Formats: sequence, structure tokens, C-alpha cells
Amino acid sequence: MADFGGTDLDTFRKEVREWVEANFPASLKGKPNPMAREERGSEPSADQEAWRKAVGAKGWGTPTWPKEYGGGGLSGAEARIVQGEIARAGAYNPIGGMGVMMFGPTLLEYGTDAQKQEHIPPICRGEIAWCQGFSEPGAGSDLAALSTKAEDKGDHFEINGSKIWTSGAQWADWCFCLVRTDTSKKHEGISFVLFTMHQPGVEVRPIPLIAGSSPFCETFFTNARAEKKDLVGPLNGGWTIAKRLLQHERSGLTGAGGGLGSGGKPIEVLAKEYVGLDDAGRLADSDLRTRLVTNAMNMRAFQQTAVRAMVEAKGNASPSSATSIMKNAGTQLIQERHEMALEIMGHQGLGWDGDDFSADELAAVRGWLFGKAFTIFGGSQEVQSNIVSKRILGLPDLTQAK
Amino acid sequence: MAVLTEEQSMLRDAAKSWVQEKSPVTAFRKMRDSGAELGYDVAAWNEMAEMGWAGVIVPEEYGGSDFGYLSLGLVLEELGRTLTASPLLASGLAGASALILGGSDEQKQAWLPKIADGSAVVALAVDEGPHHRPEKVEATVSGGKLSGKKVFVLEGMAADVFVVSATEGGKVELYLVKADDAGVTRTKLSLADSRGAANVVFNGAAAEKLTGGAALLDKVLDRARAGLSAEMLGAALQAFEITLDYLKTRVQFGQVIGSFQALQHRAAKMFTELELSRSAVEAALSAIDNDAPDTAELVSLAKAKMGDTFHLVSNEMVQMHGGIGMTDAHDAGFYLKRARAAEAAFGNQAFHRDRYAKIQGY
Repeated sequence: MADFGGTDLDTFRKEVREWVEANFPASLKGKPNPMAREERGSEPSADQEAWRKAVGAKGWGTPTWPKEYGGGGLSGAEARIVQGEIARAGAYNPIGGMGVMMFGPTLLEYGTDAQKQEHIPPICRGEIAWCQGFSEPGAGSDLAALSTKAEDKGDHFEINGSKIWTSGAQWADWCFCLVRTDTSKKHEGISFVLFTMHQPGVEVRPIPLIAGSSPFCETFFTNARAEKKDLVGPLNGGWTIAKRLLQHERSGLTGAGGGLGSGGKPIEVLAKEYVGLDDAGRLADSDLRTRLVTNAMNMRAFQQTAVRAMVEAKGNASPSSATSIMKNAGTQLIQERHEMALEIMGHQGLGWDGDDFSADELAAVRGWLFGKAFTIFGGSQEVQSNIVSKRILGLPDLTQAK
Repeated sequence: MAVLTEEQSMLRDAAKSWVQEKSPVTAFRKMRDSGAELGYDVAAWNEMAEMGWAGVIVPEEYGGSDFGYLSLGLVLEELGRTLTASPLLASGLAGASALILGGSDEQKQAWLPKIADGSAVVALAVDEGPHHRPEKVEATVSGGKLSGKKVFVLEGMAADVFVVSATEGGKVELYLVKADDAGVTRTKLSLADSRGAANVVFNGAAAEKLTGGAALLDKVLDRARAGLSAEMLGAALQAFEITLDYLKTRVQFGQVIGSFQALQHRAAKMFTELELSRSAVEAALSAIDNDAPDTAELVSLAKAKMGDTFHLVSNEMVQMHGGIGMTDAHDAGFYLKRARAAEAAFGNQAFHRDRYAKIQGY
């Protein structure tokens, strides 16, 4: 843990603290991050814009990315200081989204210098929103079966086909997209291209889900255009890049395992309120109590594993094998919690809207329904189990799940 | 695997290579077939003691190395892999803990050096019925004499001295009682897992009090539970690895059975549970080393989680091996039997889930 101490870091911490104090608008203190909102109907306020630009100019929203492309150029220890000081001031990181979480790290690894120069700095400044054109109606778990076609038109590719579950496509400026450039092969016929969403050949339709409105969309391409310079990696070499990007996506998704999304109250507290304790101080419903504590203990072990994986990645030479289990373990536990929240609330946990139900109760229903997506998106539970079987346990691969 | 210090890595590597060379599962089988009186191989135990493992948690001034519980857990994990039977858990961990935490200078001086060099075995005698209920104590002490009955005392036949829970004036305390006292009668138990255990009757046996009461009992038990969890982790990992090898080599329908997705996903599930269990076990041992305020709940988490996982893996080991797994010639049965005995010792999963929920206030 040598990099946590030292006078250089203390000096850096002081600088960061002073900078945050000088630049973070007081009106935004303790307010939610506008990046996290699903509904983006309203324009950002002047203060929100000022804070985004200030952090963007420092590169501190993407603190460990190289300085030459607009990142912060900081070490891991320095980045933790920046994150800590932003949190300490009641501020938020205004730079986020798929560009930061998945696309940026992937382009930094596989892009040419020109591609990085063009696309990374706007991500660091929070100016461009990206969406992910991966899944298709006929290519979900079997992603490599995708058929959206890109034809070589000399100076550009012409794209025809459709994508589905394109989160945030209705707000996105650019798309990173998997397209078929060779129909004679499966995995080796896929390319990774970038194009603007602001063109006539792109149409976006949001998809209402069982939980109501959602950020997911269907996206249709009719003679849409991607420039040749925006092909990332070699032609027909997109699958390798896609796999790397999915790793970034999954490591981001497991972080979602901590919250419940039903209004903030832990279900242990809800259980005490709705079900009550008996004379011995135990939950009055002993069947529920056993399931609840089992889940709580597994959740604790899951969090311990997240910490262990992080410490091991830092301290041991090889990456921790614990990482591979995180998505399935976390998403399953959170779904169990959603189910129990509903059960605990009884009839009050079945409200769709209206004043007869509290905000917690309404949120529990929507959270329960939306939570069903957790074991489907970003590689379904079954696909994750295939990956563990093949990559970690060395069992034969019959599905070519990547 | 936690990030280890150089000393811890050396200790683990030493344990790993000793276990592979000197104490494979065939050694356990031999011990069982010979009907060993004590439930372990005395020569192997002496070798372990010579390497200093019995004194890992004992302070240096009493002849130990004061390496802590996480370090001792590394040794127990390796021993667990091949089901190596020894008094290390009962004496070098639980018994030593009782003396370190509750012994007077004289008591420590009398026993800790002998525990550390393996020349004395200390056993914990707390249970009185078929289930672990440490708070229910009927044994009593009056005028320095202890009377009562204790059951399922691990290494009870090998013990030179017992650490016994009893009440005096209605208050739970721990006492040292020498095994050769005329008031002690012990009966060897023949258990499914072939380990050493005894029922012990105390009839006015001379008892020396340790300091600490019910809180000391709790702390000693938590140390035993965490150590046993480490042993269970090793056994469950080995059972899983043996099973995984079988999935890669057993051919039916013209292909290895590990190519069937129904078995692959069950294997992935076991791997997931083992990773979660390792985190819980290491966190519990570290909490003890750091005297963390939430040690009790972390220990209950580790014992319950490890119990569930070992239960699952030991059942799957038999099932996935099919008929061969049912034969006594195969090792699967040893892991299955050891799993249930270890689950029941010092509180099963139900006991520790109840305890965890109580600590959380529901």
C-alpha cells in the first residue's frame, strides 16, 4: 500500500481540494449527477455546464487516461485522491456514459493515433455521447451471428440493418458499432466501425419495457454512412475488439450489484417495518427471515469478493480469477432482493401509480421489473456461465461464447 | 487468494509441499483402515509440530511464532485439501486461543510451550447435546470441582487437558481440566468421518478457571469456527478440482462429460460459490488478527457460507462421478463424510444464519 502515503500525494491532495473548492458551483452541492438521469428533456443549467467544462478541461473526469488525448494523466493513487476530493465536496464527476465506461478504454487500446486524437478528447470534455450498436434481433447471446451489413463504397462504408437494446441511442451523438463485412465467416467477418448518429440513414425508436419507459431503443440503418477512417482495427478484425469492450462493460455492470433501486431503504429495514419482530427480536415471518439473512450474507460475501479482487489485482502478478464470477453472483443477489422487497410490502408492493402507494412502494415494483434485465444484458447469466466453464475451468467449448 | 507476506507465502508453500509428499489422501485412507486409536497419525503430527505449525498463533515468549490466524488458516487450508487429520485445529488453534486469551501467566507457562511443540494436546469440551448450543451449559463447578457431560469433543481421546465450559453460581466460565484426573472418563466415538472425538464425563474433576466468562467462550469458539472454515475451504477446493478433472476425462456418448452444458453450468456455480467462500473465510481470519469489532458476524458468515459450499461441492462430487463415486475405493465418500462432520462442528449453517441475523437486529 506504499502509494497511499507520501508527502507528494499530500501536496497533490491539497491542490485538488483547493481546485474543487474554487470551481465547484455551490448551487450543485449534494445534487444528483445529471449524467445519471434517464430523462434528459431539460437543458443543463449554466452551473452544471460550468462544472462539466471545468472538470473536462483538467481531464479529471477520466483521470488515468493519457494527457495527450485530454485525460488527466494521473497515477491510480492520484486518481483516487481526485475521486475522494470530489466526493468530499459533495460534488459529482460530470464526465461519464458509455464513452468513458466502455468505448474510450477500448479505443485507447486499439485505435490509431489519429482516431484517438479525434474521438478521445471530446469524451474527456463530456461533449459527445456514445451508444453501443451490438445486439440485434437475431443476435443476442449469440452476438457473433449479427447481420447488420457494411458494404465498401470506396471512400466509405454503407450500412444497412438494425440494432436493438441500444441504450441511450435517442440522446447519442455517435455510435460504436459491430457490422458484418464478410458473410462467408462468422467471428472473422465482423468489423468495428464508428459513425455519427446525426445523419438521415439512422432512425431511433425507444422501447417501452415491462417496467415502463426505458433508455433502450431499436435503431435502424438505411444506407447509413461510416467513413473509412472510422474503422477501428483491421477489416474483419472487430470481434477481438468487441470482446475487450464487453469486458469493460461487464466490469462496470457488476458495480451495480450494491444498490437496490427501490428507494434507498435496505430490505432488512423494510422487513422490520412491514413484517415486524416477535418477542425474541426475530422477524415475525421465520421463512422470510431465513431467506433474507441468506441473501444478506451472500451479498456481504459478494462485497468481500469485490474488495479481494481489487486488492489481488493490485498486489499479485496475475489478475484475480474472482472477477469472472462477479456479474452472475451480483445480479442474482440483487434480483432476489427485489423479489423480497415486493413480498415484504405485500399488497402495497403491487402498486403501479397513484397516491395510495408510497414512493418506496412504487419504486419497488419498477425496480423489481427492471431488475429482470440484469441477468440478460451485458451477457446473460447463461453466457456468463459458458465463459466461466470455458475460460476459467477449461471445459470444452461447444457454443463459441466469447 | 489474499495478498500474502513473504513469510506467509513460505509457510503456505511449506505446507503445500509437505501435504503432497507426506500426507496425500492415501495416508488418510491408511489411517482410517488401521483404525487408529486417536483418529490421526501420530508420526505425521510430530512432523507438523517440528515444522512449528502447532505454535503459529502462540506468542514467541511461549515458544510460538505469533504469526496470526490468517497464517494458520493457510496451513489448515492445505491440510484440508487431503483431509489430513491432526489435533492442529483443536489444540494449536482452539485450545491455544483459550489459553492466550484467558490464561494467567502461570497457566500460559504451563501449557502454551507444550502446545507449540506438540507435546501436549488441548481439546475444547463445550457441547452437551446433538446440536451446538454453547449458551446452554449444564456442567457445573463447585469448590473447584467440575461435574457434567460433554459430547463430540474433537481430539477428546488425544487430549492431555480439556478446556471445559461450566457454570459457577449461574455464570458461564471456561476451566482447564487435566485428562488424567480421576474424575474424568472418556469414551471414544466412532464417527463417519473417521476423525478423533470422544464423549467425556466429568465427575468432580479438579478445575482451574480461565478468565473471561461467556465472552471468552464466544471468542474461542469464533477462532475455532474460522480455522475450521479454512480447513473446509481446502477440502472443498480439492473435491472440486478432482471433480473437474473427472469431467475432462470421463467419456460417454463419444465425448467427455464436461462438454455437456448441464454439467458445465453446475461446475461454474461451484466455482462461483468457492470464490465467494474464500473471500468470507479470509475476511473472518483477518478480522480476528485485527481484533475487528464485527468479528463475530464475519465468522458466522464464513462458517455458514463455507458450510453451504462444502455441502454443495461434496454432493456434486459424488453425483458427477456417478457409480464410481459411491464406492469406498474412491475418495469422494471421504469428502462427503468430512463435509457433514465439519458443517455440524461449532454450529451448522442454520446456527450461524440465526446468529448473523440476530447481530443485524432482526
